[in-house]
Amino acid sequence: MAKKNDYVRIHRNILLPEERTGKLPEDTKNVPLEMWVKGYLQDESAAIGDTVTVKTAVGRLETGRLIEERPCYTLNYGEYVPEILQIDRTLRGVLFEGEEA
Amino acid sequence: MKDRSYAAVTGRKTEIIRDAVGMDYSKYEREGIAFDYEALMNDTGYTLEDHIRIQREYNVGNTPVFELHNLTELARKCAAPGKGARIFVKDEASNPAGSFKERRAATSVYHAKKMGYKGVVAATSGNYGAAVASQAAMQGLKCIIVQECYDSKGVGQPEIVEKARKCEALGAEVLQLTVGPELFYETLLMLEDTGYFNASLYSAFGIGGVETLGWELGHQFKERCGKDPDVVVIANAGGGNLTGTARGLRKAGCKAKVVAASVDLTGLSMASDEQFNRKSFTTAHTGFGVPYATDPDHSDMPRSAARPLRYMDRYVTVKQGEVFYITEALANLEGMEKGPAGNTSLAAAFSLAQEMDRDQIIVAQETEYTGAGKHLQPQLAFARKNGIELLFGDPKDEIPGKNIIFPARPSLLKARDMDLDHLRRSLIKRQTRGLDHALTDAEIAYLMEETNASEAFVRAALKELGV
Repeated sequence: MAKKNDYVRIHRNILLPEERTGKLPEDTKNVPLEMWVKGYLQDESAAIGDTVTVKTAVGRLETGRLIEERPCYTLNYGEYVPEILQIDRTLRGVLFEGEEA
Repeated sequence: MKDRSYAAVTGRKTEIIRDAVGMDYSKYEREGIAFDYEALMNDTGYTLEDHIRIQREYNVGNTPVFELHNLTELARKCAAPGKGARIFVKDEASNPAGSFKERRAATSVYHAKKMGYKGVVAATSGNYGAAVASQAAMQGLKCIIVQECYDSKGVGQPEIVEKARKCEALGAEVLQLTVGPELFYETLLMLEDTGYFNASLYSAFGIGGVETLGWELGHQFKERCGKDPDVVVIANAGGGNLTGTARGLRKAGCKAKVVAASVDLTGLSMASDEQFNRKSFTTAHTGFGVPYATDPDHSDMPRSAARPLRYMDRYVTVKQGEVFYITEALANLEGMEKGPAGNTSLAAAFSLAQEMDRDQIIVAQETEYTGAGKHLQPQLAFARKNGIELLFGDPKDEIPGKNIIFPARPSLLKARDMDLDHLRRSLIKRQTRGLDHALTDAEIAYLMEETNASEAFVRAALKELGV
């Protein structure tokens, strides 16, 4: 349960499929234009899925469905990619070991 | 309360942009299809010296140039005897937010503040967002970045997710959207709601700011090597990097040939939800490079200040697998972890150097910062997860959206020429579409400037089009 002034992330559909512009590929036209933004919860309390209002970093008010409390970054360097080490071996082989370029 | 529907907001586009830029573009319009590009560029009130002064004040530019000895040696091993120019790179990653884009942001933010705007808005999924956020932080303005980040399953492109993180770290509000050109609609709404300045990528402030890059390069080589570089390779997407750098090179009296380079994403639709996460490059690719070169005015400004066909001597493409390969080479042979997208020009330079003599000089004019998400390892892991095959072989066989082919040997990395005349004809076709009169001499002269081509070429193209 999030309380007022908690930092949260919300989601809202900006355009429904029928409101999208005509010049789009079909796969894009068939889905809504969605938006995510973070901010401080303005409601007294709210649960995931509730429609809430937040105050964003610039002080704007945005409404949307509460989807995440205390949002954090989960980016990383991904899974092991053996091809990268293969590239290194080839490059060093050509430059320093006389292998064919 | 104003009507916020798509049709109503885009219908107010002209007024919203005018209010959000503080410039009336109608005064640059000339006879028929023509407009006065130099008047637009000169009318900002900022000279090259002003851009340099503002950039110095806000810690932008004056980036070092590095000679890449090992990459040069590797290129020589791939080249015919006597061939293999010296390869240099300008380390634009050393700008505060990690890319050349800060040159583009500095004067826009400075001007916005001078004009009394309380904040800036920029529509960008790339380094420009971080650049605007950084300058806004330094100069004390608020900042909203609107980015295209997710597909309809909510899966984010790792590189763009990292840009969002960086923008937020620098104090900006980030609106993350799913795929679609209606990002522009949301941007217009933000401009109208907030009354902030439109820090467009395509404004004369932005492109004027990039001139400092070319100007520095010209002077750095005179000082260091006692001569101009023979070739400067510039990644081309929206055309601003190329336009600004080339203008700056000219202002420095530098005679280097200007070569544009883009990652070849032929066949992928940039507006497709399903294809969004099947590409590993979100900028510097042909999906932007070709349409913006041939139709510069489809940007968020009435007239774009980025007009790359005016300045390019040659336009080459490289494959995704080749840019990843050179990114790894830069790390593993030169000790510099940068990119990947910012190494597009370096990939092309590695190949083009092999056509040149050993005493010649070729420069890749940028690097960019790297980090979690925005790095070849997470990009390649993400591609594999999305069903893209990773192979070794001849990159010419790479099919965007299906596979990524790394060169099996470094000599297989090849920049491939695009037909520049075809692009010129395409620009002429777009600019004369629906025209019901024969072009005047002034309009012909304008098209010659737009395409950097002769009168005979323009007239022949028009005849072919029946204009």
